Amino acid sequence: MKSIDDIQREIVEEFAVYDEWLDKYEYLIDLGRELPLAAEGDKTDANLIEGCQSRVWLTCTRDEDGRLHFAADSDAIITKGLISLLIRVFEGQTPADILAADLHFIDDIGLKENLSPTRAGGLAAMIKRIRSYAESFAEG
Amino acid sequence: MLFEQQIRSQFPILGREVASRPMVYFDNAATSQRPECVLALQDEICRRHNANIHRAVHTLSYEATDLYEKGRAAAQKFVNAASADEIVLTAGTTAAINLVAQCMARGGFIGKGDGILLTEAEHHSNIVPWQMVCEQYGAHLEVIPVDAGRDSANTGAVDMEAYRAALRRGVKMVSIAHVSNILGAVNPLREMVAEAHALGIPVLIDGAQGIVHRKVDVQELGCDFYTFSGHKIYAPTGIGVLYGKREWLEKLPPYMGGGDMVGKVTFEKTTYADIPLKFEAGTANFVAGACLAPALEFASQMAADPAAQAHEKALMAAMDAALASVEGVFVAAKEAAERIPLYSFTIEGVHPLDAATLLDKMGFELRSGHMCAEPIVDRIGGGSMLRASLMPYSTVAEVEAFADALQRVVKMLR
Repeated sequence: MKSIDDIQREIVEEFAVYDEWLDKYEYLIDLGRELPLAAEGDKTDANLIEGCQSRVWLTCTRDEDGRLHFAADSDAIITKGLISLLIRVFEGQTPADILAADLHFIDDIGLKENLSPTRAGGLAAMIKRIRSYAESFAEG
Repeated sequence: MLFEQQIRSQFPILGREVASRPMVYFDNAATSQRPECVLALQDEICRRHNANIHRAVHTLSYEATDLYEKGRAAAQKFVNAASADEIVLTAGTTAAINLVAQCMARGGFIGKGDGILLTEAEHHSNIVPWQMVCEQYGAHLEVIPVDAGRDSANTGAVDMEAYRAALRRGVKMVSIAHVSNILGAVNPLREMVAEAHALGIPVLIDGAQGIVHRKVDVQELGCDFYTFSGHKIYAPTGIGVLYGKREWLEKLPPYMGGGDMVGKVTFEKTTYADIPLKFEAGTANFVAGACLAPALEFASQMAADPAAQAHEKALMAAMDAALASVEGVFVAAKEAAERIPLYSFTIEGVHPLDAATLLDKMGFELRSGHMCAEPIVDRIGGGSMLRASLMPYSTVAEVEAFADALQRVVKMLR
């Protein structure tokens, strides 16, 4: 199992291949198409994340080993790409590791400055939801 | 071509790049760019004439006051109001509509059980202030449908039968856009005002989009109020114009209390200034107000240029072709009898947010989302649309490049 930090470094390297922002976004779109999709039945209001201009649903389950698994969906493909990156970083990790993680890949890629405030707000809301899942499973 | 170049050379911002590409600014309906003459005056006031207006006897205050009042005079001339007293300077269209809504209700002209007529394609600024009046005073909204959407003739036209029926039900106020910021279709104001007035109902026109592209003569139109924002027509942000007929401005109570709007103040009783200052409490944005003069002069000169109309037509033909070149595009009010160069649209299988994000990375600045008109965008655009809005400084070449960019974006996203 790779650490959260290793995965973040991998992602940063993948994005570094592209010089142009349009190409980075094209890669993000490809990632969006590979997003582990939430089941239609899970696209409920409870799983909907507030604060995004597009609609985003995120689900989280815990396996017997106490590790967390995520699935998501959105009506916007770039949003799917962003959440797909987050899921890749946190997939299969323990609540404790997720809560302790220092999330730096978004800054390292330069995504933060290249996201509109609307998108950045949406991304922050997704991260907050992942952390709140980790917190509730850590307590449970 | 010459017309385009002459105009563009006066807007320094149009020379900048976005994402290492020449910027194409297509979000003019949200805010327009400022020409050199406006930038120069803005700068000059800050450097030479910065002092509070209408108060002191010193030279700087006198100069600043003079410049501000020249802005008011320019607005009077621009809409052909009978007197500068009928021009209230506000923070913008939103502030102006809030002012009229609150003052009409406080003055007893709208009250319990009264109807306020709006169309369904209004901007939030022409919905929420009236809703607040409804909550506070027990009035209600009468919302008139427009012909727009996939299952309609999509002309963007106001349903005039519904309009007349609502007028006959006895609404106390009509408040409608000259041009909706979503549809771009020009409303038949003369007819709508005449029919409302025949029944003695006052009319406010939200001209935020309309006046940018169409000449307005408030005396000819006969409307009771007409309002627009400076920043959508070459002036800085933070200034707006509210034209109100003298008889209305005189009988309405003041809006906000404070300095500059008073006659004599004692703790027992305060008297108020005459119109229009009665409605201008506090220090106005006098820099922006003064800049209305060069901004509106610039707009008038351009509108008077015989090449302007041909240019607008060429832009609109190019945009029609650009949007037709992409499969699955739905344009709001595509069949409008008369429109301004403002296009809200959706693309099948493409989220507007994604498209606007990628277009930005190609240098194209477009608006996406509900664009402050949620009711109509929810009904015809599924809650989110893209919008390209042009100005006379936009070029046909930009629109053609936009067509290519749009095709590329759709290929990436579908």
